[in-house]
Amino acid sequence: MFLCTSVGAEQKIGDPSAGERVFKKCKSCHMVGDGAKNRSGPSLNGVFGSKIGSVDKFKYSKAFKDYSEKNIIWDSETLDLFLTKPRDYIPKTKMSFAGLKKAQDRADVIAFLKTYSNVSLVSDDAESGSGLVLPEEILSIVGDPAYGEYLASECQTCHRADNANEGIPGINGWEIEDFVYALHEYKQKLRENPVMQMMAGSLGDEEIAALASYFASLQ
Amino acid sequence: MTINRRSFIQTAAAVTASLSAPMVMASGKPRVVVVGGGAGGATVARYIAKDSKGAIDVTLVEPSRTYYTCFFSNLYIGGFRDLGSIAHSYGKLASEYGINVVHDWAVDIDRGAKTVSLAGGATLNYDRLVLSPGIDFVDGAVEGWDLNAQNKMPHAYKAGSQTELLKAQLSSMPEGGVFAMVAPPNPYRCPPGPYERISMIAHMLKKSNPTAKIIVADPKPKFSKMGLFQEGWANHYSGMIDWIGSEFGGSNVSVNPEAMTVSIDGEETKVDACNVIPAMKAGRICEMAGITEGNWAPVSAHDMSSKVDGNIHVLGDASSQGDMPKSGFSANSQAKVAAMAIRGALTGSKVFPAKFSNTCWSLVDTNDGVKVGATYKATDEKIAKVDGFISKTGETADVRKATYEESLGWYAGITADMFG
Repeated sequence: MFLCTSVGAEQKIGDPSAGERVFKKCKSCHMVGDGAKNRSGPSLNGVFGSKIGSVDKFKYSKAFKDYSEKNIIWDSETLDLFLTKPRDYIPKTKMSFAGLKKAQDRADVIAFLKTYSNVSLVSDDAESGSGLVLPEEILSIVGDPAYGEYLASECQTCHRADNANEGIPGINGWEIEDFVYALHEYKQKLRENPVMQMMAGSLGDEEIAALASYFASLQ
Repeated sequence: MTINRRSFIQTAAAVTASLSAPMVMASGKPRVVVVGGGAGGATVARYIAKDSKGAIDVTLVEPSRTYYTCFFSNLYIGGFRDLGSIAHSYGKLASEYGINVVHDWAVDIDRGAKTVSLAGGATLNYDRLVLSPGIDFVDGAVEGWDLNAQNKMPHAYKAGSQTELLKAQLSSMPEGGVFAMVAPPNPYRCPPGPYERISMIAHMLKKSNPTAKIIVADPKPKFSKMGLFQEGWANHYSGMIDWIGSEFGGSNVSVNPEAMTVSIDGEETKVDACNVIPAMKAGRICEMAGITEGNWAPVSAHDMSSKVDGNIHVLGDASSQGDMPKSGFSANSQAKVAAMAIRGALTGSKVFPAKFSNTCWSLVDTNDGVKVGATYKATDEKIAKVDGFISKTGETADVRKATYEESLGWYAGITADMFG
């Protein structure tokens, strides 16, 4: 898709502090940070990694509501496309903003927004920033730690058994549900990193549960 | 399934072996001998010793007292690592895992008697044997070059002193001098290796000898991660590298180590340093064990056992490894499958279906890393690829930096996995 390619080629490294200045153009409708409320635009806390049109209690335009059914996620690429000219991306949105022409401005404000989204490895609650909600049948699988131990040999070349963090994070002692979410997010390509997306892609639900169970037991 | 049915029928020795049930040996514990202490051998020895909790006697035969990883040796050439940082000792395998580490050469295998003969004179008995000897070079593969010439034109394809030698030769090139590499034909150890090496040499020369020239004579029409390397060479080392593939005469090569010339498609060039990487075959001990077919040792994907002798497992570069590349990561992955199968056969422990994976990281320039990888499963025919990925051209600088940093994490991880 031509549009995607040209955006990708222009993608800059965003500076959150420069992004704060860009965000002044958004402040008339959007809030971020502590006490952020929905106003003419939804609160943008947690927007990065969330599903388009998913902010609780916000009255989206029909255009946005229809768009949200596509289950697309707000990430670096989609935000960049949208912010270039919102009305091109989601026609008939009630967001009356012309757009950010400069790629650097877009990268900066996206980086700024990221600081208000939970994009850390370990999420604090069951619903992570990706917007993924796993069904009860998956979350209730009790993993076999012995099977997990066998499967873990494939992981432990990179994720050290001694939990050291030298470019690849240690994963010992993770809460089971966080671990299960992380691997399912990689499996569904909702979380970046092609190595992990591939590794998780070859794991079934039982195997993910087994690994979660095993790694949770490690120091 | 503890006994490989084909070997049961084929060899009398296997019939004898199968009658003496491994669990009830007069001499005590079942014994595993591992030949080769690299990514395959060290890993399999550690996993068998660790997971059998002492129920299996493990002997590791490795001639080097210090192991220099081939992977990341290019980074030493490029000046990103010092030699000591890629050096590893076998001390922990001996002291913490109770592995009998023997620094010697295996010179012969008697498959009937199930013994390994060592250069120092000793004989080792095995119930299961793992051969993970890496590669040796095919005689006469590059016209004008043999192992006697490795001092003038190093292969540096077994890491350690050869790598140090090559780097020293590169450093002493005259200003504007010429470096030539003769690249190997498929299949060979570490598909992106020669091209990461070219990148690292270019990086080093750009700083110390920016008018120097690099020529690559390649018998192949294309190579691993070609688009990514060529993008990087154009971005970082423009004008320095001339890659001559098979379509441009790169397969018609001869060298003269005495005169320090390289002839490519009839055109002779004087060179100041030359890296000859000849065609490869399984480490010679496999041939001597009688388990090779052509240049490599065919194995069952389910447990890495030799298709010729079910009591012998072959790991890493020396094996016919199906869709997997000949990489350190692959050897380490295969080692775990073999360890599980061997423990199952010798102690009755649970054996799960084989799974394999590989990721190869290459450094193109400072903070510019690329990678390629895949997952695999065992089929009756071969180790078969399931899914894969590769870095893309045009990726942002932060993606390439993250890829490089990931490789650092992997290196620390795999060496801990190998050596404890």
